[in-house]
Amino acid sequence: MTLKEKIKNKKFMITSEIGPPKGTDVKTILEEARLLKGRVDAVNVTDSQSAVMRLGSLAVSRLLKEEGVEPVYQLTCRDRNRIALQSDALSAAVLGIENILVLTGDHPSRGDHPEAKPVFDLDSVQLIETLKKLESGKDLSGKELKGAPKFCIGAVVNPGADPVEPELIKFEKKLKAGAEFFQTQGVYDVKAFAKFIDKVKQYNTCIIAGIILIKSPDMARFMNKNVAGIFIPDSLINEVEGAADKQDKAVEIAARTIKELKGLAQGVHIMSLGWNRLVPRILDAAGL
Amino acid sequence: MIITKQKPIDEILKYLEGVKNVFIAGCAQCATVCKTGGEDEVKKMEELLKGHGKNITAIEIWDPPCHLLEVRKRARDNKAALDKADVILSMSCGDGCFTIFHGTGKKVVPATDTLFLGEAERAGHFAEVCSLCGDCTLFMTGGYCPNTFCPKGLQNGPCGGVKDGKCEVSPDIDCGWLLIYNRLKELGELDKMKKIHPPKDHSKSIKPRKVVVDAVKKRT
Repeated sequence: MTLKEKIKNKKFMITSEIGPPKGTDVKTILEEARLLKGRVDAVNVTDSQSAVMRLGSLAVSRLLKEEGVEPVYQLTCRDRNRIALQSDALSAAVLGIENILVLTGDHPSRGDHPEAKPVFDLDSVQLIETLKKLESGKDLSGKELKGAPKFCIGAVVNPGADPVEPELIKFEKKLKAGAEFFQTQGVYDVKAFAKFIDKVKQYNTCIIAGIILIKSPDMARFMNKNVAGIFIPDSLINEVEGAADKQDKAVEIAARTIKELKGLAQGVHIMSLGWNRLVPRILDAAGL
Repeated sequence: MIITKQKPIDEILKYLEGVKNVFIAGCAQCATVCKTGGEDEVKKMEELLKGHGKNITAIEIWDPPCHLLEVRKRARDNKAALDKADVILSMSCGDGCFTIFHGTGKKVVPATDTLFLGEAERAGHFAEVCSLCGDCTLFMTGGYCPNTFCPKGLQNGPCGGVKDGKCEVSPDIDCGWLLIYNRLKELGELDKMKKIHPPKDHSKSIKPRKVVVDAVKKRT
């Protein structure tokens, strides 16, 4: 069953994430892919995440597919104008990649080429509309396509956005534009997440809750201070601080959170930040 | 107003390497307000260049140097000093710098960097509020320009980078889309934010742009 079919059948889904390397050595990520194979429903491939130049997400998505892992091709608006975005989406389709996760993308000033020209010709809502248009057999300018693609279009939402109303307005626009599933920012406070789910229940869409592994107390504090919409409670930071083994603790917290999220979200998206080899242990501990 | 900033003096001196005779042209309008090409700045530049062994053939404040007819008139009035000069040092915006070259035919050296079109908030404080896109949507966004107040120029709401009301690009920048949201909420016009705005039409801003005012066309 493809991700699209699982979404339709309301199956509980597990997705994970792979960050392409800076360079052409794909050995490590292919090892990670083999570890994840059969354990997760799909694996996101990030698109020069944090505006740091890396091997392309389209090429790595295709490599995952060849390994028998269903990819979610992440496509940001940061580096491509509407011609390149449509062209890359068509390229994905002919490479057998159906799932596209649409993101705005971090500003280049945040990355390792801060002198780069930011593109943002389309925004995420407009890119979703554009993908739907391609599916209808036409491009953004209304020209007929010779062969139309089929996509499963994902988007992101941040339940911890403050204030939340502008985020909800944008969420609704993404949904109206044609997003079929949503992956969220990392969730640490399940009670707060439940309140968000209450607000979006009416839309009856597929929400996959984000899990970001806490690798150290310093990393948790850094994320609280610098990452939008992330709130890691002090109690959790203390728990990590007191742990004998940081990896065991990261696994335990992630598994616990996943269990708590099971009734609320239609899936979980595990962002391991380089600790992908822990994902099978997390899933074992969560009983998945 | 066009906001300018004076270039570092070392850069100006580099452009003037091997040059002896300099005509200095300031601007009575924007550059005067920005303190980059008004009377004080032009006189200070004259002293400074003299100190570096330059001969100043004249100092002038043109009103404004971005007006071709004004430049041509001033060129006629200052023919002797201009003939003597190897270059004109333009203490105005890039537009002034070009028009000075266009109207005099002389070699021109810019003394400023041209930054943006901005609002004069108070003396010496300027803020960029318009990006000259040729496709104004301020009516839909409560008066805040999403192309200018959002560094990504997003048309349909904030990105995921808002932290404590600030932009991911810098904690000194308010999230433009939160400004728009708050303003539209205040106006009771949040429905305008809920509408999906189409991609911008960049064909309206293909450079270089030219305008001939209709009323003028009829006259000629």
